[in-house]
Amino acid sequence: MKNTWTIAKKELKTFLYSPIAYILTAFFLLVTGFFFYNIVAWVNEQSMRMMQYGGMEQLNVNRMLYEPFFNNMTIILMFLLPLLTMRLLADEKKMRTDELLFTAPVKMGSIILGKYLAALLIYAVILLLTATFSIFIFLYGNPEVASLLTGYLGLFLLGAVFIAIGLLASSLTENQVIAGVIAFSSILLIWVISWVGESAGPAWRGILTYLSFFSHFQNMVKGVIDTQDIVYHLSFIFLGLYLTYSIYEFRKWR
Amino acid sequence: MIEVENLSKKFANIEAVRHVSFKVEKGKIWGFLGPNGAGKTTTMRILTGYLPPTEGRAVINGIDVSLDPNAIKKMVGYLPEVVPVYPELTVREYLRFVAELMGIERRKIKFAVERVVEKTNLREVFPRLVRNISRGYRQRLGIAQAIIHEPEILILDEPTIGLDPAQIVEIREMIKSFRDSATVILSSHILPEITEVCDGAVIIKDGRLMATLTREEWGKNLEIVTATAGTKLNLADFKKKFPAIQEIRPESHSLRLEFKQAGEDVNRILKYLIDKEVRIREVKSGFEALYLKIIASEDGRVA
Repeated sequence: MKNTWTIAKKELKTFLYSPIAYILTAFFLLVTGFFFYNIVAWVNEQSMRMMQYGGMEQLNVNRMLYEPFFNNMTIILMFLLPLLTMRLLADEKKMRTDELLFTAPVKMGSIILGKYLAALLIYAVILLLTATFSIFIFLYGNPEVASLLTGYLGLFLLGAVFIAIGLLASSLTENQVIAGVIAFSSILLIWVISWVGESAGPAWRGILTYLSFFSHFQNMVKGVIDTQDIVYHLSFIFLGLYLTYSIYEFRKWR
Repeated sequence: MIEVENLSKKFANIEAVRHVSFKVEKGKIWGFLGPNGAGKTTTMRILTGYLPPTEGRAVINGIDVSLDPNAIKKMVGYLPEVVPVYPELTVREYLRFVAELMGIERRKIKFAVERVVEKTNLREVFPRLVRNISRGYRQRLGIAQAIIHEPEILILDEPTIGLDPAQIVEIREMIKSFRDSATVILSSHILPEITEVCDGAVIIKDGRLMATLTREEWGKNLEIVTATAGTKLNLADFKKKFPAIQEIRPESHSLRLEFKQAGEDVNRILKYLIDKEVRIREVKSGFEALYLKIIASEDGRVA
């Protein structure tokens, strides 16, 4: 555990000392902020209309504002998180610093977990920053806090899965760009795999829909916490980390 | 004490190391010598636990590297060919990170870092980013990270590569200072480095062990390079005059002498040659000639 933290600390330091951290965060906030503003503007327009024609009781900030916002955010995360994870292991190999890590009395698992933890922490901070958008919603409206938190939990878990996939991609190559491309395409494919399911037979439909991130995330956005969804995300994270570990073990013996 | 027995390493389609065996006594400095691609780095990586061997074993202080890699990693300090530094960190942060990684207790880290900074002369660049320090400092930083946990075994892969002559001398002195406190293996293809620093040398080529030589053995050889081709010297007389000489091998521009034992005083011999009007250009250890012969031979046996 101590070693995991040592690795994570170093990772956070190298990340914070490079301009990537700030540029990524700034652009992420810019883009998500833009979407947020747009949706708020749309909700505003809708509520004006409803004030004129009645039907105010149908207006629900959570459904009208946060559901589309969270859905938009997943798309941005799909682009952003591979950029965050692509250097994690690829760069160690390229700089040949893996020789230091793997000849130190530290378990392979600690190294991988440390790297994962660092990326997760950075992601958590970026996610927290987007929460500042909601200050205004709370000032001028009364969204339901519980379902908002569930949505954020969903986003956090989804991002955690993306990071695990990104880490795995980063272990496959010493080229950061390749790692980023692999991560992005894998996430996208798993995302849309349910589309294939719709045209497939009923047996496949169930499996493919279960495999896709989409359905599990939708529940959380709607404010439903189902253990099945939590288990889905956690097992995906575990699988990603375990495969990363196996790749290093395998490579040693090759 | 490092014992390597019948060690082999196969990669997908290359045999990088083939049945290599050698032994390095405690507190000695041994050189690892061979042309590029001979398997030096691979062997060193096996010794550090970075790679597992395909066959055979490497035993360090009685512990098999493949059986207990963590115990090995604690007592081995390793300087890889490419110094494993993070350019984004400062020298100070980097050394603290390595110290933590090596399992040094939190309250002793500061002391450990101070000690290696002093030992490797890094004080001047201590607060700077690794990215901005010169090649020489970077190499010293590499040695600093290798010795931060006071290892009993030190493995240095080409520690002086890419340095200027003054820096080479400095690093060599540093390596010599590890004698007795640690067992050192260093790889190099600079021959004078080996003869100056090492107590013995393992010579490998194409992954195979060609020869192991001790200082004693190469000390018996001397090469006297002459300015003119051939000499009018009567070799029989020469040999009779110096009974310490085992054999004289005249070559076109040199005389190669082999003594019965190492440490022979050569001044008298040189004076004799000068009196006989042999124009001496250079006197060197016979190691180079010996090495080239070994490398050129099939199996390392030199006639």
